[in-house]
Order: sequence, then structure tokens, then C-alpha cells
Amino acid sequence: MGVTGSLKHVGSLWSALEPLLDQVQRPARYIGGEEGARVPEHSPHKVAWLLCYPDSYEIGLPNQGLQILYEILNERPDAVAERAYAPWGDLEALMRRDGLPLFSMETHRAASDFDVLAFNLSSELVYTNVLNLIDLAGVAVRGVDRSADDLLIGAGGHCAFNPEPLADFVDFFVLGDGEEVVGEITAAVAEHRSGGRRETLGALARLDGVYVPAAYEVTRRGSSTAVTPRWVGAPDTVQKRTIASLGDWPYPKQQLVPLTEVVHDRLNVEVFRGCTRGCRFCQAGMITRPVRERPADQVRTMIAEGLRRTGYDEVALTSLSTADFSGIEQLVSDTVVPAEDDGGAGCPAVTVSLPSLRVDAFTVGIAAALQRARRTGLTFAPEAGSWRLRQVINKLISSDDLDAAVESAYSQGWRRVKLYFLVGLPTETDEDVLGIAALARRCVELGRRHVRGASVTVSVGGFVPKPQTPFQWFGQNTVEELRRKVALLTDDLRHDRGVKLKWHDPEATLIEGLASRGDRRLGAVIEDVWRAGGTFQEWSEHFDYDLWLEVMARHGLSVEDYAYRHRSGSETLPWDHLSAGLHKDFLWQDWQDALAGSGLEDCRWTPCYDCGACTGYGVEHVVASAVPPAGGSQGTGQNLGGPGPVPVALAIPERLAGVS
Amino acid sequence: MRVRLRWSKHGKIRFCGHRDAARIWERSVRRAALPVAYSQGFSPRPRISFGLALATGQESVAEYLDVDLRLTPEEVLQLAPSLPGRLSAVLPDGMEVTAAAPLQGGTPSLQEAVTWCTWEFALAAELRAAAAEWVDEVRTASTLPLQRERKGRRRTSDVRSAVGGLMIADASGGSVLVAELGTKPWAVRPAEFLRLIAPPLAAGGVRRLHQWITRDGERYEPLAPEAGVLEPAGCASAPARCRAVPAAHSCAQ
Repeated sequence: MGVTGSLKHVGSLWSALEPLLDQVQRPARYIGGEEGARVPEHSPHKVAWLLCYPDSYEIGLPNQGLQILYEILNERPDAVAERAYAPWGDLEALMRRDGLPLFSMETHRAASDFDVLAFNLSSELVYTNVLNLIDLAGVAVRGVDRSADDLLIGAGGHCAFNPEPLADFVDFFVLGDGEEVVGEITAAVAEHRSGGRRETLGALARLDGVYVPAAYEVTRRGSSTAVTPRWVGAPDTVQKRTIASLGDWPYPKQQLVPLTEVVHDRLNVEVFRGCTRGCRFCQAGMITRPVRERPADQVRTMIAEGLRRTGYDEVALTSLSTADFSGIEQLVSDTVVPAEDDGGAGCPAVTVSLPSLRVDAFTVGIAAALQRARRTGLTFAPEAGSWRLRQVINKLISSDDLDAAVESAYSQGWRRVKLYFLVGLPTETDEDVLGIAALARRCVELGRRHVRGASVTVSVGGFVPKPQTPFQWFGQNTVEELRRKVALLTDDLRHDRGVKLKWHDPEATLIEGLASRGDRRLGAVIEDVWRAGGTFQEWSEHFDYDLWLEVMARHGLSVEDYAYRHRSGSETLPWDHLSAGLHKDFLWQDWQDALAGSGLEDCRWTPCYDCGACTGYGVEHVVASAVPPAGGSQGTGQNLGGPGPVPVALAIPERLAGVS
Repeated sequence: MRVRLRWSKHGKIRFCGHRDAARIWERSVRRAALPVAYSQGFSPRPRISFGLALATGQESVAEYLDVDLRLTPEEVLQLAPSLPGRLSAVLPDGMEVTAAAPLQGGTPSLQEAVTWCTWEFALAAELRAAAAEWVDEVRTASTLPLQRERKGRRRTSDVRSAVGGLMIADASGGSVLVAELGTKPWAVRPAEFLRLIAPPLAAGGVRRLHQWITRDGERYEPLAPEAGVLEPAGCASAPARCRAVPAAHSCAQ
């Protein structure tokens, strides 16, 4: 790959870019001009951020994290922010041919006109794109090769909780909520940039929640990898940032409305952040604690104003488990009713989508409220096929919970529901896997009582253990084992016409696993895969499994060591110097409880078990309701849904807690 | 009650395709809080009928669409003059409504009614002489065979009768070729037109200047009374009745 930017570009690149857009697919994704976009005024006194989602515009534009930071930065007097996305291969080839660098959407300015290029990392498979975009920005891909005038490269998002595979390429990482810390970073860059790169990074390393990999050295001993500070002022452990109240941050205030089709093309309102259901496989739930609900009135205002401003007729209420929001039924039912001033005649209701639903909190009431508007797909995630395994992963929903949820959906007119499962979970047996098929069949059977042609789509993903979770010690299933389990299911379901089975590519699961718990040595692999043209690895048509294996072998690194090996409790893990607040002791105990098949309750409605996320940062849950929403087992495994009979033959967590 | 709008598309937004524009329009009528009628069924959508699609990358000063409003004819007549301003305010940069008028019941749809379009092709200054020769060749050709694919089958048809007036005119920064191309039974697309005679004409930016309906052998703008418009109230900037090129060339400006 040649270094681009041989020409010095001043101001807008639009006139050079425009003739290229007649030659590429979907040129509208490069023009900017979305409703809500700001055209900021650059000035030498302001720190200029280029916020980049390292995948195509269609995937990246809806990202709410970047949109929140975009607004917060542009509201500051000392900062400007624009956006960038990965150009698709056809345009990238033309840009490299013509020496055009990565550009911003708002003013089509070259990346080199900015001070900070910051990436959102929501998946490991985008890592090679990150390198490609740094290169396209005209910056050396390795931090050590950068000069004083080069852009600072930053990154945040969930993958920042184990950023070691990208440590050689990214100058600083942000852990946790970015709302407050972007301002502190801006101020530090403004103050120190005249002192050079080393001074600026030194200042950043002293900020809470900011990890500067160059300030740390790596020591490997046996299977342990310790990362320890080598610069004065860099803390031993970098703690994540947590905003105490979501109500203080009603962002995005002006959600971007794209001019061309993107995923999740609708209004999004975040109703709460954090989740304490305690699902052990779920990194998002572990690293975003505690639960912080947005005040219901603010949610209503954001919905009403957002719909009016954008012209959307659909709103997604986003969170990690939206059915848990206090007063969700009332909220959904208020939202679907057409605005009063419209008269309502002939005007359809607003469609509400709830992207993540827990079955034990999904009630007939919610289903009834939802179906008054256009019915969107309903997806439930039982995650595992048996109650035993759901106790292991602490997804404490009983089969009665699932029955009730599915029945609510079909009885309110849905013809198809989607069920999401993981395979390759700790302690999983073939019986557990086949339990998925049994559950799917059961759902179709329940559905047929209410609608003809009821069907179920079963989506099966391979489990990837994530850092900062109780399963971070678990060796993931091999590609062959995952394939075998998928084959068990396809075979078992081959005669079931009502069940459609989809599964995630086990090879992609392995590569995700390498990067998920990788260390700094993996950087060389990512760099070589990128140099060999391996970008857009999230896209199945571009994913190149053989290339990854070949490069791993060339560097003498083994898949076994990174992905398949169980870690021991005494091992120092490559991300132990980074903290999401959770005590390592707590995670280890939870891992042991998992192996013993013992569940743990949701602490937002029950006493604190001191995981560390609240106590460590002096924050607490912000939840409007002191009791769980009606219905379901609410983390107890028992039916709390009302006067119905309490299900029998379910092992309750307390009884199993002593077995180990 | 149905209203017909004329709108333009220029600048960066020309890279938004027909489907993108449709989505933008759906959001815009809601943002403008127009009392628009909705379709029935599983997934109700605002009732908007678009005319002939404009290809991605092309500009236009003569796009049309019909939108159904939940209003009486009297209410619509009153509302129409305010529509260009109200809608332009909520449309993205580069999209603008330039005229609006209510339609009589039973007026044929734009897709059915439009028979000709007038197109403008930008010509680089050094291309002018060659373009003039090329245009002469097209004019004098007795047949104009066009090969195209329809439903997977390749077929050649003579589009001589679908190529109307051609004219080269001066414009700022070079010259333009103005061409009338028929839409029935199939539209001759601008890109197809440029390769009717080999070698293809290397023209630049494409812009639609007019769409025409035909009545009693005469052409009219879709917002003319002859096209079924009740009262061309919002059409003050354009003469009610427009003839073909070259007189027409100025009337949509």
C-alpha cells in the first residue's frame, strides 16, 4: 500500500472527489449533508476531531456513540468535530490512484487537517479497516513511526477493554462512557500539542479513563502477560469512565438523518445504559454497569421532538434490555398513539421497535401496545437450549417465561418470531444443543394455536469469550466443534418446516476470538493481513480465513494458544491493567459459580453483591421502579408473573449454590 | 385530493438515487406536517406517486410528483401556493419545490401521461465542434438502432421516432446539447442516447429540463391546465402552457 496524500490538499477535496463519484456504487454515501449534520468552522485555536466508524457508511452512520460525541464536541468552544467512514473498495481504489486521502463528510476536508482521528471499535473484525483508514489518512500505521505533526489516533467503544492487539497503531484508548472525557482530552491536546507528541500523549495518559499504550511495557512470563507503566504519571490500572446520570446527557439532540439507506434507519432513543442482569457471556452487560435509566419524561420529550424533527415514523427504544425499563408498557403505548394535533385521521401510528427484549419481561401488554402500529420483527434471546445451561450463563429465563413471551407475540398477531442462541458455551453438551431445536419446535407449536403458518427463525452464533467477563478464562470451541454442533441442529431440524435455521460462520467466530483476547503480538498479524488486502473482514464476501491462519503461522503464533486454551486463575491476563470496575475476584467467583450451575440475581432490585462497578466509582443504579417489571421470573427462575401456578421441577439457584 | 408538485434536484444531492429521493420525500411531508393520506395495509406509507425515475448523478429542474392530501378541493386550492415554501424549508439542500397545483379527479398518473423529456448535456468547450457533427449525424440518420436488455433478453429496436429536437447552445463555462427524448413505449435514457451513434458522445453532466405530456398533438407541461391541473395557482413562475424546444427552453427557468 502506497502512502497517500502526496499532494497537499487545502480546504475541500470535493472538486477532486466529485468526478470519481460518477464511477462508484452508491455515491450518496459520500456526500454528507444529512439533516442534523453540523458544518463547523475550523480554527487554529480549536482542536479538530475526525470521528470515524471503521466500516461502510451504511453500517457506521447510525452509531449512536459517535453521534453523541459529535454533538458534544461541536457544542464546545474549543473543539470541532466532523465524521468519516470507510470508503468502499471501488472508491478507495480511485482515491489511492489519484492520491486523495481519507476525507470528512461535512466539509470534505483531508484527514490531515484534523488533530485527532478517533475510531469507534464495536467489533474485532474491523481492526484491519482501522489500519487501512490510518494509512488512507496519510499517517504512518505504527505509532512509533509518527512525527510531531501527524494526527493523534484514538479509539473507544467496547473493544477498548482489551485494546492490546491495536496497541502499536492507536495512540490512546478511551475506556467507558465518552461524554465527559472527550472534553478533557480536547483541553489536554490544546494545552500540550505545542510541546510535541510525547508530551501530549503523556498528558493524555494522566487522564482518568485514557490508556496510552506507549506509556506501558509488556512482560511475558509463561502464559502470563503483564502490562505495566513505564512513563511517570501513567497509572498501574486505567479505570473506565462512567457518567452518573443519563438524564444529564440528552444526546443525540439532533440525530443524523441520512439521505440514503442505512441500517437502523429510524429514530433511536437510548432509554437506559448498563445492565445488571448478569449474563456471564455478555461483555456489554459487564462493562457498562451500573444501570442508569433516562427519566421517562425526558424519553417522551426526545421521542416527540425527534419524530417531529426527523420525519421518521419509527422509533427504537435502545438499551441492553429495553423491556426492563421502568414503565415500559405505558411508554410504548403512549408512543404509538398518533400526535394529537394531527387529528389522527388516516395517519398511522408510530412504529416502536425494541431491539433487545428479555423474554421474562415481555408481556402481553407490551405486545398489545406494539401491534397497534406496524409490526416490526420480534427477537428474543434465550441464548441456550436448556435451563441447566441458562443457569451456567446466568440467563435466568425459564421455559415458561419463553412460552409466555412467544405466546404473547403470536396471540397479538405476529406470525414469526426470531430466537437467538449461542453455541460453544461453557459446559455445553449435545443435549443442550439439541434443546435449541426442541425450543424452536415448541414455539412453532404454540404459534400454530394462534396463527396459521406460524414460524420461528433460529439464529445461532458461535460463542466468543470476551475480556472483563466471567468467561474470560474459558477456551472457546474449535471451528470443527462449532461446525459439528451446527450440523447436529440442521440435522435435527431438517423436517421442521416452521423452523428456519441460520448460523454464523464458525471461521469468523475463531478470528474474532483471536483478537478478542489477543495481546500485543497480534498487532503484527493484523498489520500483515491488512497489507495483504484483508479489509472489510466483517463482510462474509471479503472475510479471508486462510489469510489469517497463514499470517498467524508465519509469525509463529498459535490459534490454540489465543482462542482454544482455558486460562488459569493465576494467569495475568493482557487486559488486567484495564478495569471496568469489576473486581477480578468477583469475576473469578462468578466463573466458579457458572461451572457449578449457580445463578446470580439482578442487583438493581436485590441487595448489592459488590462487583465493584458502583462502589469503585461512587455511582449507583438510577432506576425509577424499585421492583422488576411485571411478569416473568425476573432473575429468580420462578414465575413471578401472577396468580398462575409456580412451575415445578426447576432447580432454583440457591439450592445449587452450594454444589461445586 | 391530489396535488402535483414540481421540484428540482441539483448539486451534491444529485448522487441520491430515486429510492433515496422517495424516502426523503416521505420524511419531508411528515416534517412539513402535511395532512397526507396513507396507504392501507400492513405497512402504511404516505401516498406519493413519483414520475419517471431520474438516474443517480443526474440533475433536474423538472421533477414531478403527485401527493394525496386528506383535504377538500377548496382547502387544497388555498394551501397550494404555500406548498413550495413549506416543503423546500424541510427538504435537504439541493432539493426545492418550484410549483404546486391541485389535480382534477381521474387525471392520469405521471408515469402514464409523460411522453417526452427534454435533457441537457454539458459539453466541454473543445468538444463543441465534434458534438455538432455528431448531432448532425443523429438528425440525418434514417434509423437509430438501440440495443438494450429487457427481462434478460437482448433486443435491438429502432428509436428514431423517440429522438426529437436537438440543439447546441452556449452556456456558462462551455456549451450544452439540448435533446428531446421520447418515453413511449420505453424511455430512451440519456446514457443510451449518447451512444446511439458510434463513437459515443463524451458529454458531461446531465440535467432534465422538462417533462411533457401530449394532448391533441401538442405538448404541455404536467402543471398546465391541459394536463389536468385545476388551477395553476402555485405555477406563477412558469407559463401555463409551454411548447417544445427551443421556446420551452426558457420557460422552466
